[in-house]
Amino acid sequence: MSIDKDTAARVAKLARIRVEPDQLDALAGEFNTILGFIEQLNEVDVDGVEPMVSVTPQRLKRREDVVTDGNQPDKVLANAPDAREGFFAVPKVVE
Amino acid sequence: MADLNTLTIAEARDRLRAGDVTARALTEACLTAIDGADALNSVVHKTPEKALELADAADARLKSGDAPALCGIPLGIKDLFCTRHVDSQAGSRILQGFRPEYESTVTRQLWDSGAVMLGKLNMDEFAMGSSNETSTYGNAVNPWKVDDRKLTPGGSSGGSSAAVAADLCLAATGTDTGGSIRQPAAFTGTVGLKPTYGRVSRWGIVAFASSLDQAGPMTKSVRDAAILLQAMAGHDPLDSTSADIPVPDFEAALTGDIKGKTIGLPREYRMEGMSDEIDRLWAEGRKMLEDAGANIVDVSLPHTKYALPAYYVIAPAEASSNLARYDGVRFGHRAKLDQGDGITEMYEKTRAEGFGDEVKRRVMVGTYVLSAGFYDAYYNRARKVRALIKRDFDEVFAQGVDAILTPATPTSAFGLGEMADSDPVAMYLNDVFTVTVNLAGLPGIAVPTGLDSKGLPLGLQLIGRPFEEGDLLNTAAELEARAGFVAKPERWW
Repeated sequence: MSIDKDTAARVAKLARIRVEPDQLDALAGEFNTILGFIEQLNEVDVDGVEPMVSVTPQRLKRREDVVTDGNQPDKVLANAPDAREGFFAVPKVVE
Repeated sequence: MADLNTLTIAEARDRLRAGDVTARALTEACLTAIDGADALNSVVHKTPEKALELADAADARLKSGDAPALCGIPLGIKDLFCTRHVDSQAGSRILQGFRPEYESTVTRQLWDSGAVMLGKLNMDEFAMGSSNETSTYGNAVNPWKVDDRKLTPGGSSGGSSAAVAADLCLAATGTDTGGSIRQPAAFTGTVGLKPTYGRVSRWGIVAFASSLDQAGPMTKSVRDAAILLQAMAGHDPLDSTSADIPVPDFEAALTGDIKGKTIGLPREYRMEGMSDEIDRLWAEGRKMLEDAGANIVDVSLPHTKYALPAYYVIAPAEASSNLARYDGVRFGHRAKLDQGDGITEMYEKTRAEGFGDEVKRRVMVGTYVLSAGFYDAYYNRARKVRALIKRDFDEVFAQGVDAILTPATPTSAFGLGEMADSDPVAMYLNDVFTVTVNLAGLPGIAVPTGLDSKGLPLGLQLIGRPFEEGDLLNTAAELEARAGFVAKPERWW
């Protein structure tokens, strides 16, 4: 399978990473190198094999569904690029 | 008398207890070594004030007799670990200025044990790389040098391996997703242990590929790896994948006796084009374990060839999901916006500016293999192959094999910049011997066993049964003792 410029642009969009149009050809080329390497997986007979979910056989732990943390908005916001009046601030989302 | 910064953890621990050295003196020796090693670019955030404060507290504890094993031991911490109120950038521009309000479980346990933090160590951006060249801080440099070239200390934990090899600290923490502890250890003549998946809590460590990531010790000796792992390991309610099983005494497992143990040599690790030097190193390791009384058997891990391609689906897929959080809203970098830019432009510009090329590449590859129409063909197929790779190991261990001996890396350390014109896959091949271990969730350790013809260190890898790090360390200690690797880099920096 070969990735063209349009597919590269679509993937960049899905990943929310701006890629300048003049860089899309190079990006598509790199994708093709990596995907070409991955294609080897098609040689493996995987009939009847379940996809691995967890590498250790343990069942995930559960805990009581209760609040264990909170009441520290200052700490939550301490590293925000833009925080105002106790909220994260972002460009206008809704017209 | 040797400088204090050159001590091992075990030596320093004994001398601290005997009272002939203080934590403050040890710490000052390391801080001096760090200040004289800027050319290595290994320590990227120095924390001397915190170090001296912790050292004095450790000295008080030692005096009162309440002193755990690591009390007063100066350590370097990989930049991937969140450390409270200390820069924690994961080697990325997108986390510039990020000072967490919390402490990772591993580092909290270390400080609770009385260890001293010297600073944060260089690494490939988000742990994605094998040469430390993807770091936003610029690459760390290997203290080993045999000609005019500057060599890579390996990656992603390249700052850690350089710092340990150059005696800037007594030991360091690392993390390993595909080989990021073991490959840098092999490139610098140091010891690096990746524990069993679940042995060490991942909480507070910046996530790359959550089903593969595991933190571990990078040290000057196998005994030190046992001591440091002891303090890092254990169940953590904050990490649902951390194993709720007892942590044995790893140092007590170092009995020096491996008679009757069965060591497997996997025939599939004899790669095409493997250098004679690596082949010879491997044969020497086999002989050393044989001389120690182990039984050597040939084993087969038939799906080895598919480990790297499976890894390069699974790791980018998980990375694309984990790195979605870097959006310019809650922490780190946000791009300057133009008039009329909305939230989508903010995300796209922030991530384009904040991520380096290799991280962008992996996030996008991960996005692609998870996208509609390709999920089954790539992601599910890779997870099936991963199950087969784990089954290979299960079958070998079921035959009574205690540990598996392999080379750690295909070559010794290469020159910085030498891979710049290669395609990304050429760099990925560095992890060919280590990546299977992450996919199968097993413990693996790199032990320095020799020098190549150029005079650069080479290491062998031992792979153990799940949650049997004690037994693995014991075998590694025997290999270490018989190899007698004592070479140190000559100081040029």
